[in-house]
Amino acid sequence: MSLLEIENLSLMIGDTPILKAVELSVAPGKVMGLVGESGSGKSMTALTIMQLLPYAARASGRVSFDGIDILAATEDQMCALRGDDIGMVFQEPMTALNPVKTIGEQVAEGIRWHTKASRADAEDRARKMLDRVGLPEAKFPLSRYPHELSGGQRQRVVIAIACALKPKLLIADEPTTALDVVLQAQILDLLRGLVSENRMGLLLISHDLGVVTEMADRITVLRHGEVMETGDTARTLSEQLHPYTRQLALASMHVPARPKTHAVSQSKPLLEVEGVTRDYSGRRTSLFQRPTPIRAVDDVSLSLAPGQSVALVGRSGCGKSTLARMILALDKSTSGTIRFRGETITGRSEAELKAARRDMQVVFQDPYGSFDPRLRVEKLVAEPLHVLEKKPTPAERREMVAHALHEVGLGVSDMDKYPHEFSGGQRQRLSIARAIITRPKLVVADEPVSALDVSIRAQILDLFAELNQKLGIAYLFITHDLTVARAITDEVLVMHDGRIVERGKTSDVLDHPQSEAAKALVAAAPDLHRAIARRLQEQG
Amino acid sequence: MTLHIDIPEETFGSILAKAFRNRSFLIGFAITVLVVAMALISYIWTPYDVTKLVISEKTLAPSSAHWFGTDHFGRDILSMIMVGARNSIAVALVAVGIGMGVGVPLGAFAAARGGFVDEALMRLNDLVFAFPALLSAIMITAIFGPGAINAIIAIGIFNIPVFARVARAGALAIWPREFILAARAAGKSKTQITIEHVLPNIATLLLVQGTIQFALGILAEAGLSYVGLGAQPPMPSWGRMLFDAQTRMVVAPWMAIFPGMAIVITVLGLNLLGDGIADILDPKSRRQR
Amino acid sequence: MTAYLLKRLAIAIATLILASMVVFAVLEILPGDPARLMLGLNASAEQVEQLRNQMGLNAPLVLRYLHWVGGLLSLDFGRSYTYSVPVIDLVRERMAVSLPLALIALALSTIIAIPVGLYSASRRGRAGDTIAMGAAQLGVAVPNFWFALMLIYLFAVWLRLVPAGGFPGWSAGVWPALKSLLLPAVALALPQAAILARVARSALIEVLNEDYIRTARAKGLPYRAVLWRHALRNAMIPVLTILGLQFAFLLAGTIIIENVFYLPGLGRLVFQAITQRDLIVVESIVMLLVVAVIAVNLVVDVSYAIVDPRLRGRQ
Repeated sequence: MSLLEIENLSLMIGDTPILKAVELSVAPGKVMGLVGESGSGKSMTALTIMQLLPYAARASGRVSFDGIDILAATEDQMCALRGDDIGMVFQEPMTALNPVKTIGEQVAEGIRWHTKASRADAEDRARKMLDRVGLPEAKFPLSRYPHELSGGQRQRVVIAIACALKPKLLIADEPTTALDVVLQAQILDLLRGLVSENRMGLLLISHDLGVVTEMADRITVLRHGEVMETGDTARTLSEQLHPYTRQLALASMHVPARPKTHAVSQSKPLLEVEGVTRDYSGRRTSLFQRPTPIRAVDDVSLSLAPGQSVALVGRSGCGKSTLARMILALDKSTSGTIRFRGETITGRSEAELKAARRDMQVVFQDPYGSFDPRLRVEKLVAEPLHVLEKKPTPAERREMVAHALHEVGLGVSDMDKYPHEFSGGQRQRLSIARAIITRPKLVVADEPVSALDVSIRAQILDLFAELNQKLGIAYLFITHDLTVARAITDEVLVMHDGRIVERGKTSDVLDHPQSEAAKALVAAAPDLHRAIARRLQEQG
Repeated sequence: MTLHIDIPEETFGSILAKAFRNRSFLIGFAITVLVVAMALISYIWTPYDVTKLVISEKTLAPSSAHWFGTDHFGRDILSMIMVGARNSIAVALVAVGIGMGVGVPLGAFAAARGGFVDEALMRLNDLVFAFPALLSAIMITAIFGPGAINAIIAIGIFNIPVFARVARAGALAIWPREFILAARAAGKSKTQITIEHVLPNIATLLLVQGTIQFALGILAEAGLSYVGLGAQPPMPSWGRMLFDAQTRMVVAPWMAIFPGMAIVITVLGLNLLGDGIADILDPKSRRQR
Repeated sequence: MTAYLLKRLAIAIATLILASMVVFAVLEILPGDPARLMLGLNASAEQVEQLRNQMGLNAPLVLRYLHWVGGLLSLDFGRSYTYSVPVIDLVRERMAVSLPLALIALALSTIIAIPVGLYSASRRGRAGDTIAMGAAQLGVAVPNFWFALMLIYLFAVWLRLVPAGGFPGWSAGVWPALKSLLLPAVALALPQAAILARVARSALIEVLNEDYIRTARAKGLPYRAVLWRHALRNAMIPVLTILGLQFAFLLAGTIIIENVFYLPGLGRLVFQAITQRDLIVVESIVMLLVVAVIAVNLVVDVSYAIVDPRLRGRQ
């Protein structure tokens, strides 16, 4: 007997079909993984079960939960189900909690509403629930406000809200996507525990095949609103009978071909960072005390040879992005020196930096935010040409932009388009075109593929690898994702609390991590190979 | 509070198409065009000459000869409203120009520089906001003498901090974007970035604020003229007409009704226009429909 | 919390000091010699000079400023040139009209606007919302003094329900006094209510789109409960901002409205003082209004901290 049974579910928003004849079931005490790339309709499936769809949405088919026909249920019936029998956890922990209410109020609210318990009783239960999700009273009293908690802690509060009344079904929509790998592993662990304690059914929605494989007993693959395949996780992923499943799995484990690798033995380093520190002014604790500064980057030294590809990995907030910005001379260091091509760039004026900027470019994470939507591609990609000594003529400029676009696999005709006419993957190609147009020696890439779907991500990694081979560009990849580091870099630097705690050849560090921080990262990183092997063992 | 700006990603054509489907925009645009046209036509033609006093025809009720009636000097109210529109529009428009011309660069500069410059500018803003605007406008016109020019200056000065604040808030929302970081990595200076990226992206915000201040300017000018500190007779102005009407409410209510309606309709039109523009260009507000 | 409040307080005081300098400087550069004004055109140059010395007009600028500020702080605003009475007496008398007027208007505007905004936001896009917001759109466009004229025409001239203007004084009894403040208060309040209702509505709609509203709905709270428990308090911040701004606007609005209704309030006093160049009255009242505006802004800042725990900092 299934807890949740979805049959032939179709969903239209306005005139756009979102879901087409979706079939899905969740059994009590079991985890169903729902995977798919962006736009596949995963979240809409979840919102249909909760009946929290946008106004213009029309659902047809059958959704039955514990014998109740959800699509026919009244709002009152749904209110009785939500939060009591069905709980939901959302993707964005930073915005999912009401900023003006304490965490105690927010956890106790649902308990009071459904059980009509007294305030004291409800708070008592809320306290127990918060203890259970790993927020002990000593550090996290009920009177805490959301802004006093970190992202991972807030997600624990959201889980406490969702599970406070021991629901029969928990829906978790990308619950760890906004968190780093170590936090992700902790949250997944917590969810797993709650499922087995309460014999809860869990519908886990994720774009990450690794996460789903580790968690789910069964898996449903969704694409463009249609179910591609459904079945036992182990069998589905080991046999990969469906071409789309195979495509997803291959893309998740993709490693670009890079015949030439660069050893450290090169003569003169391209980039040298020596004892760099960056302090930010901290919060004032009292009026009469100077605020203690927060050290984001602490005495970091590193060097990069021409053509070398290096990954800087670490958890979120470890200081890796701050370090990247200082290398790009977008942020000032508190102390220490950074030399690029032998010239010191720390403490230089913008005019003095011009020469360095020619040889040093950047690719950002967000393919949507990194282009001014008001400008055409030609102007956007040509922006770095500004630092050239001799300003190119308009004709030369067009020529250079066309060439750069060609190198990243885009056409000349794309030059006159606006950024919104491109998909996320194409935009990341534009980003790369912009970065290579001045023929730089170094490209700093800050999480360049973490916002992309797996299949697109594989293509972009290939492109990075190809340009490294062809143009000899050195890369500094900032990432929290070890698969990216493994795929494309020669060397890895592990950063923790502002310091570099481990460095070495990528395969050495990732296979045999020495420091605590590196061990934690490696252990937490979802690994599809490993996960499938384990599943196979369990499920036979 | 942080301002969030959703930058619409659309072409001019699709924006235009949306404009034609937006009710607020269409009505507002029509009214604004009508009022401006009325003011322009008054330069070449009005039903009656507003400079000529015809005492024999004083305070006539609305009729087919005088649609809106006549005032206490026998002047045609419709003609006076037409000529008065010039004054209202000119004062409000120039005052918006002053506010934008000074306020936007100040606000954008403060956002770009940050730190002490920003703090100082914000405190200066607080200072101006501490003076009730109308009271100060009355003081300024009283000190420098009544008249349209001084009314413009008085209203314009109080537009400056408004635009500075809006431009600063908008620019602060744009600065942390990655495309700005990309421009900095490309070696562009803060001034260049402000001109090339920041200002174009806050233009709609400023446009919407512009229509709001335009409408407020018309209200303020009417208020100043009403207390005798705006445009001076014999130049007709809507506020002055209302002042003249006040003591004659019992015998000639039309003297008050029609100029007031002219103000209401003009301001309504501008506000609808501003709402419409905001609706069309802000994808967030559209999602709410 | 204390750090935030102390910073706001420091800013308020700094603004106040700067504002006093501005007021003093503006009146300093004004044409017209108050001594000559008081003595009339027939006075001799010596007489004028003597009075100037007596009034301290010949002292250095800084001294005169400090003397003036000292006077303000001890509520000694000086004597009016035209009325020949202490300014503080004038102010006290007129304040008894203006302050109740502004407060009634503010209360009226809030009482009307908040429910309308709430109603509109919760029935967004439906007929009730469209009508309410249409009315608000119209209300924003109406100049309050014209609205006042129309109210006079309707209620005083036509229906003869209330006096057309004038003020019997509080000595004539509370009800007659209130009655004569009713129309002016309505004229001031309605256009402000329209603005406030629009702000309240859009603030609520914005908040209703937040993620935490979805979290609250996922808890099983019905829509209405979510609106009251979660949305309202978060939507208060922009509403408070506008309320603060409106107080300044209402104070200034009284200048014109008091002229329309012949009310002997501060606004009418300052207006007459400006035309009669009674500078000491003008500067006193302007400073008074500035103090009121800054004080209200400070109150708004404090209420931000009450509403939003993020401003209070760590406990």
